[in-house]
Amino acid sequence: MNSELYAFRSDARAWLEANCPRAMCSPVRTEDDICWGGRDFKFTSEDQHTWLKRMGGRGWTVPTWPKEFGGGGLSHEEAEVLAQEMAALGCRAPLSSFGIWMLGPALLKFGTEAQKLEHLPKIARGEIRWCQGYSEPNAGSDLASLASRAEDKGDHFIVNGQKIWTSFGDKADWIFCLVRTDSAKKHTGISFVLIDMATPGVSTKPIQLISGKSPFCETFFDNVRVEKSNLVGSLNAGWDVAKYLLTHEREMIGAMGEGALPQSLQQIAIAAAGLDGHGRLTDPQLRTQIAEFDMDEAAFHATLARFGELPKARKAHPAMSSMLKYYGAELNKRRWELIMSAAGSDALEWESDRSDHGGLARAWLRTKGNSIEGGTSEVQLNVIAKRILELPGA
Amino acid sequence: MALIPTEEQTMLLESARDFLATEGPVSQLRHLRDSADATGFSLALWKQFASMGFSGVLVPEALGGMGLGYVEAGIVMEQIGHNLSASPFLASNVVATTALLQAGNAAQQALWLPQLASGAAIATLAVEEHTKHRPSHIALSATPTAHGFILNGAKTFVLDSHVADLLIVAARRAGEPGDLEGITLFLVDAKAQGVEIERTAMADSHNAGRVRFNQVKVNSEAVLGPVDGGWAPLSAALNAGRAAAAAELLGVADEAFARTVQYLKERKQFDRLIGEFQGLQHRAAQLYCELEITRAAVAYALNQLDTDPANANEAVAVAKARAGRTATLAVQEAVQMHGGMGMTDAFDMGFFMKRARVLQELFGDSNFHLNQLAQSRGY
Repeated sequence: MNSELYAFRSDARAWLEANCPRAMCSPVRTEDDICWGGRDFKFTSEDQHTWLKRMGGRGWTVPTWPKEFGGGGLSHEEAEVLAQEMAALGCRAPLSSFGIWMLGPALLKFGTEAQKLEHLPKIARGEIRWCQGYSEPNAGSDLASLASRAEDKGDHFIVNGQKIWTSFGDKADWIFCLVRTDSAKKHTGISFVLIDMATPGVSTKPIQLISGKSPFCETFFDNVRVEKSNLVGSLNAGWDVAKYLLTHEREMIGAMGEGALPQSLQQIAIAAAGLDGHGRLTDPQLRTQIAEFDMDEAAFHATLARFGELPKARKAHPAMSSMLKYYGAELNKRRWELIMSAAGSDALEWESDRSDHGGLARAWLRTKGNSIEGGTSEVQLNVIAKRILELPGA
Repeated sequence: MALIPTEEQTMLLESARDFLATEGPVSQLRHLRDSADATGFSLALWKQFASMGFSGVLVPEALGGMGLGYVEAGIVMEQIGHNLSASPFLASNVVATTALLQAGNAAQQALWLPQLASGAAIATLAVEEHTKHRPSHIALSATPTAHGFILNGAKTFVLDSHVADLLIVAARRAGEPGDLEGITLFLVDAKAQGVEIERTAMADSHNAGRVRFNQVKVNSEAVLGPVDGGWAPLSAALNAGRAAAAAELLGVADEAFARTVQYLKERKQFDRLIGEFQGLQHRAAQLYCELEITRAAVAYALNQLDTDPANANEAVAVAKARAGRTATLAVQEAVQMHGGMGMTDAFDMGFFMKRARVLQELFGDSNFHLNQLAQSRGY
């Protein structure tokens, strides 16, 4: 390692040790421990707020974004070192945000200077919480058939229509949205706009899922006025922005399930099934299934690490994010099927305190959406067949 | 972490690829099989292989090698897998060389490593005694005498044994089969009195053999590494062989897949290219994912052997287990998607299927390594 990187490591560690509140150096235990930021966010503790302010102030919520837009201005290598040091100290992520994971990269690539200066620093500091308006009731896998309409009124648009599967739409401050601006065309008649959820005519309605929770909403637009300064990219070129952003979404969903569980799958299985005299799980079939899962998970970790190195060698195929999304989603579903299989009847108590109100069962049900959201597994396989394998007629 | 090749490694990859595709293609293996070749590999290829430096990849420069690592050995293995090139590279230049590097004293290394690096001599590890891989279940006995030891027992699945000059024999000096203590490694001249080698032509037309040891006398200089402490260097040699076999499996799987995708773009049925059918597209795309994920697992294991060999067990188990499964899937899908053509001997795909099966079995199959992984993780 070169000496500058070495110096950065010791500086980063010293700063983290001095600035990360003690309570923020422990694993996230419940959903309430996750900080999403935003205008109305209720911090669960002063420490959570302090940690966000300190990291956001330094730009380390978005380490590789340029400093002028609220980022840390770090190189890829420095960001990796920072992540390692945070992991070593057990620091929680100061901020979880669709603005960071999805909109930010798209704005950095397609946004105007004014848009970047307006929106990126607020994302970095966790002041504005974003949600995504892509899917519609009749535009799921066939996303480009979306029908929400933006009419050109000179200096502004008037938007009408409905979105669905808006993650945390009822808690978000702004939405990035795909709207139809030319009904004669399909992919080339779509534009990408930013809308303040506080604008008159915007409303949301939570959707209750099989887990009993409502992380998604329907979002309605009824004659909503959107200034033209909130168009990202050119008129009718929104599909390019959407596709670019989707690769980030797919990588994000692919890497899901990496978050720390209070107990690992192996610990749950050992506690429930017990070990025999040779130190093996008493249920040999479960043991084999867990070993197969561990093999694939370890290989997938190596794949994510390798994927991180590919851009440096200019060897990344843009459609590889589909591979990560497909495999990561299926792997996470397998993980949770195994967790439920290992945990047995205790985990099936839907409302007791013992089961943390069905915490495992609800999380298990939530993962069934992993292979649907952000493009279904079948759509990812189509993308791989067409763009990587170049199979005919795909 | 270096999970993608550096510029130097890419140059090595390209030279190995071009060389093997020209000098050691699948048609060469077919010819060796059909002519019942006595050596079982092309001596001309082996000579050129050595002159290009490949056989010395792991040997330090001071001893006539290239002084490179397992990542580089894996690059060569992967290209061997693409072409199914028969050669003693895996047995001699990876596994046996690792045993000598790990446990050899200065005299043993100075005697053997230059000869292995130049291809002048061939060495191989004799460890298996069972039809399934059980490396600690060694019964072949080493009985101490005034001047050394006497070896009695039998080994099976010894790669390239009928052409080997040197056998590295895992014997038991103390304890019972299954004990890790009491295993001792010996350097045994393949022509020593009492050594009897039976060549066993394998399904994949590659070399292996059964070796019997009947009152074989060796002196004390023949001991490789500590007496009774042979398990550590044996494991290191096996881990090198496992990771290298995983790399070869990856090459086999990659080639079978590439040929299959090409076929999907050429073969017509129902007036359509069969690659237009979504039923085949999705299977091909799933196989692509399996290959990419195995590629990373193999790269990671090779990297671990170079940077942190003491903690490489899990990474190696994952790589060998997964490469075995991926290659098994790849060759089966290849034969299935090629239809009746895939079943014919005239077509090459059968060679890939047979090689994948042998490599899957070599140094522990997927089930063996899944069991290792579970044990290592405490369940």
